[in-house]
Amino acid sequence: MTYEIIAIYAVIFCLVVGSIFTLVGAIGLLKFNDSMTRLHAPTKVGTVGVGALLLASVIYNGVFNEGAIQELLIMGFLFVTAPISANFIAKVNMHRRACDAPPELPEGEQWATFDVPATDADISDPVIEKA
Amino acid sequence: MTLATEMMDYALILAFVIVGLCQLMAMIRVVIGPDTGDRILALDTMVVNAIGLIVLMGLSQGTRIYFEVSLIIAMLGFVSTVAYARFVLRGDIIE
Repeated sequence: MTYEIIAIYAVIFCLVVGSIFTLVGAIGLLKFNDSMTRLHAPTKVGTVGVGALLLASVIYNGVFNEGAIQELLIMGFLFVTAPISANFIAKVNMHRRACDAPPELPEGEQWATFDVPATDADISDPVIEKA
Repeated sequence: MTLATEMMDYALILAFVIVGLCQLMAMIRVVIGPDTGDRILALDTMVVNAIGLIVLMGLSQGTRIYFEVSLIIAMLGFVSTVAYARFVLRGDIIE
């Protein structure tokens, strides 16, 4: 009996922490004023926010159902893929010139993001449109 | 027991409201986002929020059948984010 009550309070704690972190991420996504700055706010949603919600589900199913840790798969998948997609979005920002220009490199070298093959040269110069 | 389950009902409602609000905020960023990167980032955030909402729905119904749904949405969300980014970067998705 007390075991189940402790589990329910742990579920409540995880739910509150997860929703607070999700809210922080969404407010950051909405309120920051630079593309690269906006990039770092939703990482809270992807790691701690949804991670705590999944942990609440794991605890609840472990106590009241026949136990399920498969939700940890989703958590691990999100942890693995979040940096990759963030890296891609940062490269998109650099490509669209939506951020400060990266520092100059030594002679003869070029940032890999701007290094496009000659066959793709027609798309290498993006249209700069300011809002 | 009754107090704890009652508190959990309120916590579930709170989490539903907050995650739904975050989904709306990300949607606003999709609409007003000044650049393509912001829109891709907001769509990625919306996918993650949708996973959270589905997990909350499974928790409120006390069932486990929504686990596969959220796993597939996680995979599809990552693939679609990478596809959008590659389309902007290279003008093509599969070269």
